Amino acid sequence: MAEVPLLEVEHLSKRFGATIALDDVRLRVQRGEVLALIGENGAGKSTLLKILSGAHSPDAGKMWLRGNPYRPAGPHEARRCGVAIVYQELNLAPDLSVEDNLMLGLPGTGGGLLFRGRQRQRVRQVLAEVGLDQLDPRLPVATQSVATQQLIEIARALMLDAQLILFDEPTSSLPAKDVQRLFDIIARLRHRDLGIVYISHFLEEVREVAQRFVVLRDGRNAGEGMLDQVTDAQIITMMAGREVDELYPAVPHQPGEPVLRVVGLRARPTPRSVDIEVRRGEVFGIAGLVGAGRTELLRALFGLQPRDAGKVLVEDRPVASSVRAAMAAGMGFLSEDRKGEGLAQDLPIVENITLSNLRPYLRFGLLRLRLRRKSAEHWMRRMQVKARSVQQPVAELSGGNQQKVALARILHEGAEILLLDEPTKGIDVGTKAEIYRMIGQAAAEGKTVVWVSSYLPELLAVCDRIAVMARGTIREVRSASQWTEDAIMQCAICLDDA
Amino acid sequence: MNRLAPAFNLLFRSQLGPLVALIFIVVAFALADGWLGSGNFLTARNVRVMTSSTALIAVPALGMTMIIIAGGIDLSAGTALTLCGTVLATSLKFSPVAAGEPGFASQVAMALLITAATGCACGLLNGLLISGTRVVPFIVTLGTMTIFLGIGQIIAKESTVYAPPEHLPEWLQNLCYTGPTAAKYGLIPYVPTSALIAVVFVGLVAALLRYTVFGRNVFAIGSSESTARLCGINVPLTVLAVYSLAGLFVAMGGLLYFSDVKNGNPSDGMGKELEIIAAVVLGGGSLSGGRGSVIGTLIGALIIVVIRTGCTLLQIPNTYTHIIIGVIIIVAVIVDQLRHGSPEWLFRMLAKSSS
Repeated sequence: MAEVPLLEVEHLSKRFGATIALDDVRLRVQRGEVLALIGENGAGKSTLLKILSGAHSPDAGKMWLRGNPYRPAGPHEARRCGVAIVYQELNLAPDLSVEDNLMLGLPGTGGGLLFRGRQRQRVRQVLAEVGLDQLDPRLPVATQSVATQQLIEIARALMLDAQLILFDEPTSSLPAKDVQRLFDIIARLRHRDLGIVYISHFLEEVREVAQRFVVLRDGRNAGEGMLDQVTDAQIITMMAGREVDELYPAVPHQPGEPVLRVVGLRARPTPRSVDIEVRRGEVFGIAGLVGAGRTELLRALFGLQPRDAGKVLVEDRPVASSVRAAMAAGMGFLSEDRKGEGLAQDLPIVENITLSNLRPYLRFGLLRLRLRRKSAEHWMRRMQVKARSVQQPVAELSGGNQQKVALARILHEGAEILLLDEPTKGIDVGTKAEIYRMIGQAAAEGKTVVWVSSYLPELLAVCDRIAVMARGTIREVRSASQWTEDAIMQCAICLDDA
Repeated sequence: MNRLAPAFNLLFRSQLGPLVALIFIVVAFALADGWLGSGNFLTARNVRVMTSSTALIAVPALGMTMIIIAGGIDLSAGTALTLCGTVLATSLKFSPVAAGEPGFASQVAMALLITAATGCACGLLNGLLISGTRVVPFIVTLGTMTIFLGIGQIIAKESTVYAPPEHLPEWLQNLCYTGPTAAKYGLIPYVPTSALIAVVFVGLVAALLRYTVFGRNVFAIGSSESTARLCGINVPLTVLAVYSLAGLFVAMGGLLYFSDVKNGNPSDGMGKELEIIAAVVLGGGSLSGGRGSVIGTLIGALIIVVIRTGCTLLQIPNTYTHIIIGVIIIVAVIVDQLRHGSPEWLFRMLAKSSS
């Protein structure tokens, strides 16, 4: 192509202390294309985006924007140069109105004063461009859904005439129908000749939205090309640097007698009357849309959410509505919110693994620290957690390794009933396969797994039975072989109601 | 620039930070005092005075350390401390028997018990309000701070309670004794009893935090309360226990304070809480919870006392001492953030200055 690329990056390197985040990375983005940036967790994708958007500065390497040297001193300067980023976590001020958010950091607010009237025309225009023409810009951002907030973020990028928009896993917190809307808008932006860089873990999503891809592995370029010329397996090999022989490793297991019985369970606002029966050694999947009450069901089972009615029985013994009672009955819960709830981020691995069950290490009421450290080291090896030592704070680990620590805690508790809420969310392919194997392994050891997931292929591949939840109730339970993705979706959106 | 990293880690990442700062400050004052001042800074007498003053801060700061590790704060510690001192002074003042008379020992024991109960009750009230109402600790203890002041003033009838010396047992008079008479020291000659008490309890609380389930739960709650709940930790009960236990240390602080000044003045406590909090923060405690150590706190208290005493000996006016301590607290927190955050910009700065 003779045309000057919109963005060009050469020999970019960046290190944090002793870890090399990026090593001699090159990247090229043309106008009017969506470039997918693919890689496992910790491969350096987010670091690269942060450098492009001015949040970090590189240690070495050069960048050009429209042929001019580009080295933003901070996010503000990057925005002025026309590079905007839409983060995984939203960066809006929730109490401010939509229009105030859009005007934040804009130039031309003369003498420190805001001229809302003058800007309102422009605000309406950009909101229309992202399909939000119906939205009242005077409403506070906090009143809007996550999906709408994300579109507002994109609108904010457009306010500054962004030329290059960077998306960091924008769909990880979106329900399916909003994902489609986001893709439509990205396609529209592309046709307006903007350049787009898109990070995602979902290959099918990448195929739908992007044309070209670049794979990063351990901070280096590991492959690139046109998406329609490679298979998923080829991309996965580039990401992992080895062949992930099986995406869904099968561990043979045989469900036994019923262990967990839920009768007429109700809590506010959801679930509304749930009855299920799960067997020993069974992997029981729960599918459904966001908001169907799946997370709330697990939380009510584990005593994190008060129950209004109904019974939870483990081996025919009723379990009271408290975390301690649930744990005493052998339940273990993996939170979907790893950062905020699942793990104490500042505490070391050893602390996080053993926190819920310190009894084995007590002698005369005192903790035997060495014994505890040894045990944590054992779990770290068994779960293949990649870390310097058990004393490393979990905040420094990648998402996949954090999830392994969270899983290790439940297994260390000796839980017999594993309640897993989106255990593979935000995790790279290689680690996903490991987690599927652990789930199968647990079932093979006679444990019971109740697994909530929004990713249907994994449920279909790994579960024995799958229940579909909608509007706070279980709509249908079938063995996994009798479901298809379409059937689950139809059931989840209640199409067969009519 | 990365050759500097190991040295950097040793200096800042380890728990040695506050100790290094303390040594630096002691050496600086010793030199300045030898050169400009009276040369009294490193005399045995002055060291004794400083250790005793440190105990007055460090003992109540033990409770504050636990509270801060658990993600809380206690602004009422200062007025609760002088409330305890006032209660002790009052119960001794109205004791029907004087020293040497029969039944005096049980009178003293009763007074100490009432003092301890007062401290515990103050902590319990804080804990109940914080656990029960979910109002943030800052606001709750801001309220109880003036409540305790008011209660103290009622007991003291809005003045200062003096307990007559004949109503004070010998050992209580000499808890903070730092003078030249060897016989007046309690267990070990020339080691102030208050300092001994502080050291013993620092050891006990350090062990409590490190080797018990309760201690690990305190760290977990401060680091992430929802994770603690998820792990089956009884969060409200643990918080209640932390504040009540802290109340006990406040009561001990009240005892030392009374022994030091031999009277009880409720309004003396205003501002003491900030000194106590400063000791915890200087010792590496994080106000966002999950981090802190009692040994650090002890060092923090020493830092404050050394600066204060050093400035006095150098005849620096009080007004400047306030400013110096303030600056040191802010610098300490900045260094602490560097220690636990990314040292990246520092590396970059070093790289720039060396190139």
